Amino acid sequence: MRRRFTGGLPFVLISAVVFFALREVLGATEIVNAYWQLILDQAMIITIASIGLSIIYGFCGQFSLGQAAFYGLGAYVAGLISKLYGHGNYGVFLLGLAAATLVAGAVAFLIGMPILRLRSDYLGIATMGFGIIVKVLMDYSNKWVPATGGATGMTGVPQIAKFPVIFIIFFLVALLVRNLRLSSFGRAWMAVRDDEMAADAMGVDTTRVKTLAFVLGCALAGLAGGLYAHRYPIVHPSSFDFLKSFDFLIIVVAGGLGSLSGTIVTGIGWVFLLEVLRAVLGQSFIDFRGVLYALALVLVIIMRPKGLLSGLEWQPLIPRHVPGTTPAAGQAEVATDSSVRGGMPNAGA
Amino acid sequence: MTEAVNQILNGLQLGLVYALIALGYTMVYGIIRLINFAHGDVFMVGAFVAFFSTSSWHLPFVVAVPLSMVICAVLGVVIERLAYRPLRYAARIAALISAIGVSLLLEYGSSLKWVFGPNYRVVPRPFNVTQWSFRGVQVSNIQVIVLLTVIVLLAALQYMVTRTRMGKAMRAVSFDHDAARLMGINVDAIISYTFALGSALAAAGGVLYSVAYPQINPFMGIMPGLKAFTAAVLGGIGSIPGAMLGALIMGEVDVLSAAYLSSRLRDVFSFSILILVLLTKPSGLLGKSGPEKV
Repeated sequence: MRRRFTGGLPFVLISAVVFFALREVLGATEIVNAYWQLILDQAMIITIASIGLSIIYGFCGQFSLGQAAFYGLGAYVAGLISKLYGHGNYGVFLLGLAAATLVAGAVAFLIGMPILRLRSDYLGIATMGFGIIVKVLMDYSNKWVPATGGATGMTGVPQIAKFPVIFIIFFLVALLVRNLRLSSFGRAWMAVRDDEMAADAMGVDTTRVKTLAFVLGCALAGLAGGLYAHRYPIVHPSSFDFLKSFDFLIIVVAGGLGSLSGTIVTGIGWVFLLEVLRAVLGQSFIDFRGVLYALALVLVIIMRPKGLLSGLEWQPLIPRHVPGTTPAAGQAEVATDSSVRGGMPNAGA
Repeated sequence: MTEAVNQILNGLQLGLVYALIALGYTMVYGIIRLINFAHGDVFMVGAFVAFFSTSSWHLPFVVAVPLSMVICAVLGVVIERLAYRPLRYAARIAALISAIGVSLLLEYGSSLKWVFGPNYRVVPRPFNVTQWSFRGVQVSNIQVIVLLTVIVLLAALQYMVTRTRMGKAMRAVSFDHDAARLMGINVDAIISYTFALGSALAAAGGVLYSVAYPQINPFMGIMPGLKAFTAAVLGGIGSIPGAMLGALIMGEVDVLSAAYLSSRLRDVFSFSILILVLLTKPSGLLGKSGPEKV
């Protein structure tokens, strides 16, 4: 069984090491200065949370508009722990990250149990309602915990999340999701996405599978939020309102539903694109930014309703199967219906 | 006691405005099963058009309201034609995402300097405000005007939906697109007509809202839009009387929770209702539960 996950893995590892080394060289030579480093870190943090939504919506087909709420929840949990007890201690920082992940996951479990019964747009509306409630409570939170700063935002979280730790977490998350996708859970997610009733009839415990996807995806958002709190000097409720959830949605949709590489490429590309536009357009960018967001979203969804890179996957991000159930070599599509069904025979095994 | 009555009247005024928005949500959902996210922004455009036509072009208020309704009706039809029709047979979520995109486009597009501009604007009152007092209970002429306008518009809508050929066709299309098309109904035209009606009502809502709460900005449509949507779900989405009932309840919840519980937490109450309704009775108070489980 172990062999299933090893195909392509050396290549992924090598790419990661090369990327890391490249960054170190460029960083040392000041080609990557502090500003671009911040953008790179931001891109990875946003991408971690987007991968979370990619699990929930891209793989499992559960439409969630509440991702920013869990992202914010993670930021507040990790930020508070570090601010109150850490004072720059690295162990407390890691503990805070773990707490952020767990709290976001636990809240997702409590919320998900009832609301994952809803389907498609109704689920989106319910999660959005939840997101609005969370944002209002963040504004109000200094009534209970003064350190959160309420509507004025929380400052004073030690800024100790640097490139290496963000990169390692980003890499581990990508690897985890890569491997999960063709596990029995991953295939069950895709079965639920493609036809929930049929999945149910084939013996997939749809409630359990959907809840797992939701909890895991939201936990990743919490983890990303925890990193965010240690990379940006201010944690503010307005950074986590429901409009922010649309950012994650745009990334996942534009990347192509069910494509991990698509989410990573658009997640990082999106953040950099915005920065380049800011550099090119200057002040008028601030005005046009929202218009460009919106136009991009509408045009992408009309021209490619399943996303730009839907169904396409970078080869090394496809774990190989044990011989016999392997999709044909060289097949670039993993997320399309046929190839997923091609890999299904041992779903219940 | 009189204080409570005053608050209930304020809630009624807000609920009536929500009703005008909620009707658009419910009609569009009834006919193409789409949550038209951009509807709250059509409401905003309606308020702005009325604002500019009275303040910049010096049109009388009674002309400004129908003008704003007509412009928004056209806007609604254009939105449907460009952003929703190409996705009519794609997955439902694709159209919803497109609607979110259109909503953001209207908000940020309106914020551009050469459109409406990003700032808050204070809407001058088109007429003098008069307050009548009955044993401490305050009633203003604004409340009376809101009430009368909404009643007139609702009566007109009710007539159009139940008594005209177009209304009959609308009901047929919402029942079954394919069967309606087989009976010779032009489904696309009916859908456009529905968007026009809904958007015109939202525009009227926007104008009344800006008269009652005289401050407007390009993002003003988000919260009333979401609350009106909640109202439509609460009343049973797809049902016109349901939208009315839901909107009146939501208006009261909004005003009373702000007045007696906590004004900062008012949105928590509204959206908790949304989630609870979806979980316990997704068909709403007056909706018919269909074969499809949401």
